[in-house]
Amino acid sequence: MIRYTLKRFLSLCISLAVASLLIFFVIEIAPGDPASFMLGINAQPDTVAALRAELGLDIPKLERYLAWTQGMLTGDFGMSYTYRTPVSQMVADRLWVSLPLALFALALSTLIALPAGIYAAARRGQTGDVAVMSATQLGVAIPNFWFAMMLVLIFAIKLRWFAGGGFAGWDKGLGAVMWSLTLPAISLALPQAAILARVMRSALLDVMNEDFMRTARAKGLTTTQTLWKHGLRNALIPVLTIIGLQFSFLLAGGIIIEQVFYLPGLGRLVFQAISARDLIVVESVVMLLVFAVIVVNFAVDLAYAAVDPRLRART
Amino acid sequence: MSLLDITNLSLSINGTPILRDVSLSVNTGEIVAVTGESGSGKSLTALATMGLLPKGSQTTGTITLEGQNLLTTSEADLCNIRGNKIGMVFQEPMTALNPVQTIGAQVAETILIHGSMRKSDAMARAADVLTRVGLPQEQFPLSRYPHELSGGQRQRVVIAMAIALRPKLLIADEPTTALDVTTQAQILDLLKDLAHDFDMGLLMITHDLAVVSDMADKIVVMRLGEVLEQGKTRTLLTNMQHDYTKMLFAASGHQVNLPDLPASDVLLRVKNVVRDYTTPRKAVFGSKGVFRALNKVSFDIKRGERLGLVGESGCGKSTLTRAILGLEDVQDGDITLDGAPVFTGRKPNLAVRRKMQVVFQDPFGSFNPRHKVARLITEPFHLLETPPSHEERQRLINQTLTAVGLDPSDANKYIHQFSGGQRQRIAIARALIIQPDLIVFDEAVSALDVSVRAQILDLLADLSAKYNLTYLFISHDLSVVRTITDRVLVMQRGEIVEQGETEQVFTAPNHPYTQELIAAAPVLPDLQHMKG
Repeated sequence: MIRYTLKRFLSLCISLAVASLLIFFVIEIAPGDPASFMLGINAQPDTVAALRAELGLDIPKLERYLAWTQGMLTGDFGMSYTYRTPVSQMVADRLWVSLPLALFALALSTLIALPAGIYAAARRGQTGDVAVMSATQLGVAIPNFWFAMMLVLIFAIKLRWFAGGGFAGWDKGLGAVMWSLTLPAISLALPQAAILARVMRSALLDVMNEDFMRTARAKGLTTTQTLWKHGLRNALIPVLTIIGLQFSFLLAGGIIIEQVFYLPGLGRLVFQAISARDLIVVESVVMLLVFAVIVVNFAVDLAYAAVDPRLRART
Repeated sequence: MSLLDITNLSLSINGTPILRDVSLSVNTGEIVAVTGESGSGKSLTALATMGLLPKGSQTTGTITLEGQNLLTTSEADLCNIRGNKIGMVFQEPMTALNPVQTIGAQVAETILIHGSMRKSDAMARAADVLTRVGLPQEQFPLSRYPHELSGGQRQRVVIAMAIALRPKLLIADEPTTALDVTTQAQILDLLKDLAHDFDMGLLMITHDLAVVSDMADKIVVMRLGEVLEQGKTRTLLTNMQHDYTKMLFAASGHQVNLPDLPASDVLLRVKNVVRDYTTPRKAVFGSKGVFRALNKVSFDIKRGERLGLVGESGCGKSTLTRAILGLEDVQDGDITLDGAPVFTGRKPNLAVRRKMQVVFQDPFGSFNPRHKVARLITEPFHLLETPPSHEERQRLINQTLTAVGLDPSDANKYIHQFSGGQRQRIAIARALIIQPDLIVFDEAVSALDVSVRAQILDLLADLSAKYNLTYLFISHDLSVVRTITDRVLVMQRGEIVEQGETEQVFTAPNHPYTQELIAAAPVLPDLQHMKG
C-alpha cells in the first residue's frame, strides 16, 4: 500500500510538472508577443514596452518559468493586468463559490445516482428498471442550461422559493450560501446523475453475473444481501472513475450554469479573463484547474486501492 | 427414506425442455457421482436441488431433503437451508470467491448468516474449518485475500465455506476440473474424507469417468437431460447396460493407432533456453526480483515425431510454446527450426515462422466471429511470400476441410454454426492449410467432451499417417499424451526433469516428480480385473 501510494504520488508530481511546462510554454511559443496580444492591435508601442517590462518578458524564459512555478508554490500568482489585483485573491474569492457548488452538485448527483442505479440493476428488465433508464436517457439528453432556466422559471419566478440568481456571500452564513447554490447545483447534478446511474447499473449487472455472487447465494444469502454484501463493493471501481471525472468537470465546467445564475465562480473568471485577454489570470486559473484534476485523480487512485485489495499488492 | 430424493424431476427454461424425469437419491455418508457430457443437464440438476435455477425455469416432480420438498419450499426457507443443510462447491475456484473480501470473512459469513454467533466466535470457527480443509492458520491467516492463494488453495476455501456448518448434503459441481492433477487428487481426497468424517451425503458432478470410478459409491449417467442408467459403481461399470455408457467409457480411455516413427533428422532444436521475467519489488526501495520461467531447457524434435509436453500450471509450458513460435525472445540459448533461428536480432524470423502453426485450447475464443470459415482457415496464407492463386486457394480449402472431416461447403459458414468439436477441426484445418513443418497443439483437446476428444485424437493419428505430421502436444491430461505421442517431456518449475519414449516414461518413470504426476492422475478401472 505504501509503495502504491508513493508511486501514485510520484506520478502526480510528474503530471503537475509536465502540465506547468505545457501551460507556460504554449503561451510562450504561440506566435505573437503576449504583451501586444493582451493590449490588442491598436496599442501604443510604449504601452506595449511597459507591459513587457511588467510581465518580465525581457527576462530569459527559463528564469521566468522558475519564478512563475515558485510563485505558484508560495501562493503568489502574480497581478491581474485588467483588474490590478493579485490573482491569488481573485481565484480564492471565486473558489469559495465554485468549490462548494461542485461539491454540492457532486453530492447530489451521487446521492441520486447510486440508489437509482442499484434499484434499476436489482430489477433488471422490470418496470422499475425501464422507468429509471428512461429517466436517465432524458437526463443525459436535456441540456443543463435549459433545465436551469426551467428551474428558475418554476422555483424562482413562479413559486418564489429560491432566488433567481446571484450568490448570497459567506458573511450571510452557510445556510444562505447553500440556499443560493441549490438551483445551480441541481441543474449541474442531474445530467451527471443520469450518467452515473447508468454506470452504476451496468457495473452492478456485470458483477451480478460473476461466479462469486452465485457462491454467496449458495451460502444462504438472499438476493438483496448478496447484492449489498458482495456486489456493491466490486461494482465501485468504474463508478469511482466516473465520480472523479465528474468532479473535475463540475469545478470548471459550470461556466454556463454560472452564467445563467449569475454566480461569480471560476468558470466566469476564466471566461472574463479570456475576453479581456488577461493572460496572467488565464495561465494561473488553468494551472489551478489542472492541479485540481490531478489531485482528484490521485484521490480516486487511492480510493481504488481502498476498495480492491488486488491493487494494493500490484505495483 | 434417503437423505436426498429426486423423483421425476423435469425442468424447462423459457419453454425449452432441459431435464426429463430425472430420479436419483443420495444417502447419508454416500458419494453419488452424476456424470455425462456437456448438455446432459447434470449441473442444472444440482442447481435445481439448491433452488438456484435461472429465471424462467419451470419444474415438475419432487426434490426432497429429509422429507422436505425443496421445489415447494419458499425462498426464505431455502435461504435457511442453503449453506446450512446443503453446501455447494463450484467448478471455478479462481472466480468463485469475492476478490475484495478476506477468506476469513467469507468463511465466517456462512456461519454468521445462519446462526446468532458473535463475529469473533464465527472467525474462530472459520479458522478451525480452514485448518480442517488444509489451510492452517500459521500459513494461511484469515486476513488473506483470494488473489494471494493458488487455485487449489482457493478451492479449499470454497469447500470450507460449504462445510462450515456441517451440512447434511454437499454438492460438488466439477470441483477439480480446473485444477492440476496432483491438486485434483488432494481435493478429491479431502472431499472423500469430509464426507466420511461428517457423515455427509456427497453429490458429485463430473465429466471425468476416471474420477467417478475412483471415489463414488454410486454412479448416475446422464445424457440430454435424462438419466440413462444408475447403480452401484462396481455393478454399473462391470455390467454397463446402455450403449452410451459403454461409448463414454470407451472414449475416456480411447487409444489411437499412431503410424510408426520414421527415421529422420532433427527438425526443431531447443538448446539451453533461458527465459526470465522480472517480478515486482517486494519492499518500497527493494530491487526487482527475477522469475526464471525456463531454466536451460534443451530438447529436439525429429521430423515426423510426435512429442508430448506435460507439467502443471506455472511450470513454463506456455512460455516455452511462445518461445518456440518466436512470439517472444529468450535471454539465453538457441531455438532453431531446420537450422534457422526462430528469433533473429530483435524480431521474429518470418521465414521460420511460416513453417510453424499452432492450435489453441479454446475452440470458442480463438476465432474471429465475423469471418467465414474460408477466410479463417486461409489466414496463414498471409505468412507466405507468394499467396496461392484464387483457384489454388479454393482447392486447398476444399482439400483441407475434407482432410479434417468437414464438408467443403462449410467454408461459407460462420464459426457460431459449429459445435466445439467441429471448431477444433477448423482450428486444425487452419494450422494444416500451409502444410507446416511443425504444429504445436496447446491443450488442444482439453476443452472437449470425451467422445469428441476421441474423434479429434483419431483425426490427429489419421493426419499423422497421411501428412507425416510433426507436432508438439502440450497437455495436462496424461492419458491423452500417452496415446498421442511417441516421446514425452516432463516439465517442472521451468526445467525438463525427465524425457524419453512415452511408454517407457509412463510405465517406469525415473524422476520423483513424474512418479508423483502419474500416481495422482485418475485412471479408469480395469474392467476385466473388476469382473474377475
